[in-house]
Amino acid sequence: MVKLFTSGQLEKFRQKILANKPGKRSISISCGTCGQARGALKVAEAFKEAAKAHKDKISIKLTGCHGFCEAEPNVIIFPEEIFYRNLKPEDAEIVVKSILDGDIADGLIYRENGNSFIHVHEIPFYKKQMRILSGKNPLIDPVNIEDYIAQGGYKAMAKALCKKPEGIIEEIISAGLRGRGGAGFSTGRKWEITRSQKGDIKYLICNADEGDPGAYMDRSLLEGNPNLIIEGMIIAAYAIGANESWVYVRNEYPLAVENVTAAIKQARELGLLGEDILGSGFDLNIKIAKGAGAFVCGEETALITSIEGKRGIPKQRPPFPAQYGLFGKPTNINNVETLANIPVIIDKGADWFAGIGTKTSKGTKIFSLVGNVRNTGLVEVPMGITLREVIFDIGGALNSETVKAVQIGGPSGGCIPQELFHLPVDYESLTGAGAIMGSGGMIVMDENTCMVDIARYFTNFLQEESCGKCSICREGTQRMHEILTDITEGRGKEEDLDLLKDLGSVIKDASMCGLGQTAPNPMLSTLEYFRNEYIAHIKEKRCHAGICKALIQYLIDPKKCTGCGLCKKNCPQQAVEGEPKKPYSILQEKCIKCGVCYDVCKFNAVGKENREVKNA
Amino acid sequence: MTKTSKFAKDLVKKHSGFLIPILQDIQEHYNYLPEEALRGVARESGKALRDVYGVATFYSTFSFTPKGKYIITVCLGTACHVRGGTKIVDVLTKELGINPGQTTKDLKFTLQTVHCLGCCAIGPIVMVDREYYGQMTPQKTLDQINKLIKKRKKNG
Repeated sequence: MVKLFTSGQLEKFRQKILANKPGKRSISISCGTCGQARGALKVAEAFKEAAKAHKDKISIKLTGCHGFCEAEPNVIIFPEEIFYRNLKPEDAEIVVKSILDGDIADGLIYRENGNSFIHVHEIPFYKKQMRILSGKNPLIDPVNIEDYIAQGGYKAMAKALCKKPEGIIEEIISAGLRGRGGAGFSTGRKWEITRSQKGDIKYLICNADEGDPGAYMDRSLLEGNPNLIIEGMIIAAYAIGANESWVYVRNEYPLAVENVTAAIKQARELGLLGEDILGSGFDLNIKIAKGAGAFVCGEETALITSIEGKRGIPKQRPPFPAQYGLFGKPTNINNVETLANIPVIIDKGADWFAGIGTKTSKGTKIFSLVGNVRNTGLVEVPMGITLREVIFDIGGALNSETVKAVQIGGPSGGCIPQELFHLPVDYESLTGAGAIMGSGGMIVMDENTCMVDIARYFTNFLQEESCGKCSICREGTQRMHEILTDITEGRGKEEDLDLLKDLGSVIKDASMCGLGQTAPNPMLSTLEYFRNEYIAHIKEKRCHAGICKALIQYLIDPKKCTGCGLCKKNCPQQAVEGEPKKPYSILQEKCIKCGVCYDVCKFNAVGKENREVKNA
Repeated sequence: MTKTSKFAKDLVKKHSGFLIPILQDIQEHYNYLPEEALRGVARESGKALRDVYGVATFYSTFSFTPKGKYIITVCLGTACHVRGGTKIVDVLTKELGINPGQTTKDLKFTLQTVHCLGCCAIGPIVMVDREYYGQMTPQKTLDQINKLIKKRKKNG
């Protein structure tokens, strides 16, 4: 590989790559973790085979996630940007033939509500998005740095290295970028504080410990476009004056680790990392630290102790990491998505960036739109878009009557009811509604979701993940979980609701780190907006969503049952009895309420009903 | 010096004494953290055994008992939970006769849960070893496990 010593050489290298790009059609196959889970690699093999004889006309690229997870495995044909969804290996030949014929493979294009959509930008899922960070994923093979450079990669870094660090910080401040990891602190200010600390040794850490269940945009960025993060890290490190940096990434993301490792190696070989980057005199090393499965390590001080090789337990602040961080040195920690914004801001300018979004929240935010919507996936939208637009227009929620709420911000966030879907997506309005922007998980819940169960689910998660250092969080999350479990199992009392509220406010006020301070949010927000569900569980012992197992039982309707025996055959508990051609029945004492019979019955004969629960 | 002690010694050197990557490599190699290896790490790195043990018990990746040949991981992230991930755990618990975190006596299956694999859009997710299966139901999971059991019988 060549080595680049100046920004001029980088530019020449880019021109050379672009000149070598033959004017052929390119098939971009979405091969992120989600895609692979749905067989994208087999589809990719089939495409390679089908296009083998046409290498002069068609090239094939295995890329990171295209965002539209529901349509995986999907491919985009460039330059026309024709979108094909949910492909199987046998479809490869049809698509290749259509390309050669200059035609469209009609049977495989995207359809929604009876309409067909050929091109990416026409599809409702993509139409309202503004993909300034994630949009390049389909154009880039993540383990080929040349693809990134061809797309203008490292141009912003070259530009930044010619400026004074203070000038870059000023630009990030005036762009109005705020941290995408959760709390939303000004990124530029954070850099300024670290830069202003005395001492020669400073560190930068990229926080890729994406622990919030339901959020995976950082994984997608690291997997699909690792060089974007590396470029952001170089600019950030230069601005704060750090020569050593770490990417702290979850161990549960093997593909992200693999791709970012490959990208670091290639950047180093090209001279874009290491000593005297592009002749600027600036040195930077990036190391990878893999997490070991502790949610609390997403908290800055816990993350630092984890890299140091200790138990990942948070520390009292101040001193802040910017003053006394990794190995006692000033340390700046930014989230993956925050760093992804940096090259974009430097490239396009602070004014351009500040022109997107609302007064207090600038730029775009990537959300993982999942749960009970039709179009699940990663959506990148300008700040200020309303929740309704995201959930209904982009997500294509099936029925506005059945959508109950959206959970935003993971275990630190809250549930926002449909009545508030007119709210714009920005830091302040989400916090005002009892949720938080958080890392950007957006889980849509419908009438089949029990809000009490959701509160119990999150408190269970948090009591397991509480590090145990401060008693209020350790004990408080456990007590919340016990009370919520009692309610979901029919042992709740009305006075429990006041107790929960009190407990929640104490945990919020008295916990040491962010985990505890936000732990009551899921419970408090569901209690505020869905109190009627809590009351139904307590007074009537009913779970309307049919989720809380202790309150329901499965029954077979003898009128609807055709005696086909499918439920009996599939029951893992042998809890279904009866003879073929006659109505079956369920032995309640054997039933574990797994719902297999409910799922397999083709005649809707299996139903969930509330069962009698005696007061404890 | 036994093979395990030598292995521990090499890892301490390779990772300059940083505990977490050392323990990760031991876990990867043995499928769990053998006592001998932990003692070796403490000796070679000059750390107290209690500190090594303290770190090993803090992180959920590490296990002190050998894991099974097939590791079945059910994702219980929020999106998977909403779409019925816990039902899959219930069915597997019954089918394999073990609770999450446990391994069958014949060391063939380990059942574990995780709080998010980051494939939320296609949940519920079940991961068998390194392979992901999306949009699973209790039924589909059982079919998959039964396939594995059959394969295991065939291969002895």
